[in-house]
Amino acid sequence: MKETKIVVKDLNLFYGDKQALKKITMDIPDKRVTAFIGPSGCGKSTFLRVINRMNDLIDHVKIDGEVYIDGVNIYDRSLDIVNLRKNVGMVFQKSNLFPKTVYENIVYGPRINGIKDKKVLDEIVERTLNQAAIWEEVKDRLNDNALSLSGGQQQRLCIARALAVEPEIILMDEPASALDPISTAKIEELIHDLKKQYTIVIVTHNMQQAARVSDQTAFFYLGELIEFDRTTTIFTNPSKKQTEDYVTGRFG
Amino acid sequence: MELKKRKKDIAGFVSIGIVRITFSFLVLILLLLLGKIFIEGIGVISLEFLIDEPRNNMTEGGIGPAIFGTVAVTLLMVLFAVPLGVFSAIYLNEYAKDTFFTRIIRTSINNLAGVPSIVFGLFGLGFFILFIGKNLDEVFQTGLLFGQPALLWASTTLAVLVLPIVIVSTLEALNSVPKSHRDASYGLGATKWQTIKNVVLPQARPGILTGTILAISRGAGETAPILFLGAAFFLPNLPVADLCIGDYCIPMINPTEQFMYLAYHIFIMATQSANPTKTLPIQYGSTLVLIVLTFLLNITAIIFRYRFRKLLGRL
Repeated sequence: MKETKIVVKDLNLFYGDKQALKKITMDIPDKRVTAFIGPSGCGKSTFLRVINRMNDLIDHVKIDGEVYIDGVNIYDRSLDIVNLRKNVGMVFQKSNLFPKTVYENIVYGPRINGIKDKKVLDEIVERTLNQAAIWEEVKDRLNDNALSLSGGQQQRLCIARALAVEPEIILMDEPASALDPISTAKIEELIHDLKKQYTIVIVTHNMQQAARVSDQTAFFYLGELIEFDRTTTIFTNPSKKQTEDYVTGRFG
Repeated sequence: MELKKRKKDIAGFVSIGIVRITFSFLVLILLLLLGKIFIEGIGVISLEFLIDEPRNNMTEGGIGPAIFGTVAVTLLMVLFAVPLGVFSAIYLNEYAKDTFFTRIIRTSINNLAGVPSIVFGLFGLGFFILFIGKNLDEVFQTGLLFGQPALLWASTTLAVLVLPIVIVSTLEALNSVPKSHRDASYGLGATKWQTIKNVVLPQARPGILTGTILAISRGAGETAPILFLGAAFFLPNLPVADLCIGDYCIPMINPTEQFMYLAYHIFIMATQSANPTKTLPIQYGSTLVLIVLTFLLNITAIIFRYRFRKLLGRL
């Protein structure tokens, strides 16, 4: 077993009066892919957004419990959220590139972190685009509007953009749900490569995808963490009846 | 399945007919109006007409000072109204919480747009001239410099008048920036202000410019509020003064002077001049110039907006 990167203890989350997450406790390992599965509305995306505190942006969200990354409680009052989000990158369900050039999209993060040197920025662009396996496709189109790329390319560009701020953890919220099978395969391949360097947490609706890309899988149902184990165990020999029903397609 | 012949949609037919007729009527009125002004006005227009001052009790000469005054007041107005309006809208949309108090502010802004413009004129007289101007004079010991009707107060008052337009269109523009783009920016570790500056504002620029365009048209065409605020019946000299830094002098708009204003000029020629029939050609000419002027100011802003949109790849 690898080292633990993220520790969650007794986490409860409320939207107003409605409890969306109930007493979640889990350890997410370092440099592995952890998948969250479960039916719509089970809280898996909400939980993902707990890890980089994106829920802070929504009114009326209340959180109690503890979340540690490398031993630091990220809900500590003195913690710098901006710094946290640099360490925990995020890729969203739908590509949300800015209406700027490919180049400008990648350097957005580094620039707000104060990097101004053109040479350094150029290097970051080439490195991250290579990491996201899209360099060959866009190296001659760096000054084109990013929105002119295909859907699959846009999503990989989003991943490259997230990598540009050098995070240690990457959160992916159904990154391939809007893509065709070929683009999906490319993203999955990419996830496989990225886990050598990064801790990846991915939310997915697609159980085959969870089975293909992840090392650990967590099954959520109605705001509760039902089962969290190695992916092979979850899909072949789950210990809970609900998990078995879900992964075999009996409900959900 | 039985295939039936479609019944004639009489209600639809009639409605479309009514829509067509009303629309044609509208276009006709517009064409008549513009056509009449164009035909009657174009004959008077010459370079001298655009540059010269009125002569011989306004029956001859040009409208140069009125054009200058209109452009000067409108530009100053934009300078006051746009930053104030844009920052207010940013505050309301991005920072203010949705409370009872901010809802009242939002409603007030919308209602402000419906206040008759003469009321703004009186407000300008009372607030800017008699309160701010007089107090400035007292504090700086400038005699009677600020405490009288002048170009500056006309612009600030018109700025207040067009503020709701700027705020509302900016609010709409800010609102239309997708939440996902904000999320992306926050997700990369940007602060709120960095997100607004780098992601939200660039995308809102076309909308902000639309507000500016509307504000210019409204401001340049207003007559009622500036009645009290320094619009002069006749003023051969331009409100210009030399601004000197050491020995180097450049002529600048002097905001403490009175000014002539196209819309007001047309009004007084039609109602106050000694011989309204004799000034009729000049009235038509001035009206044509006013329309073309607002059109040109609009075109400039539209070109800017087009460029920004192109930059955003939204065309």
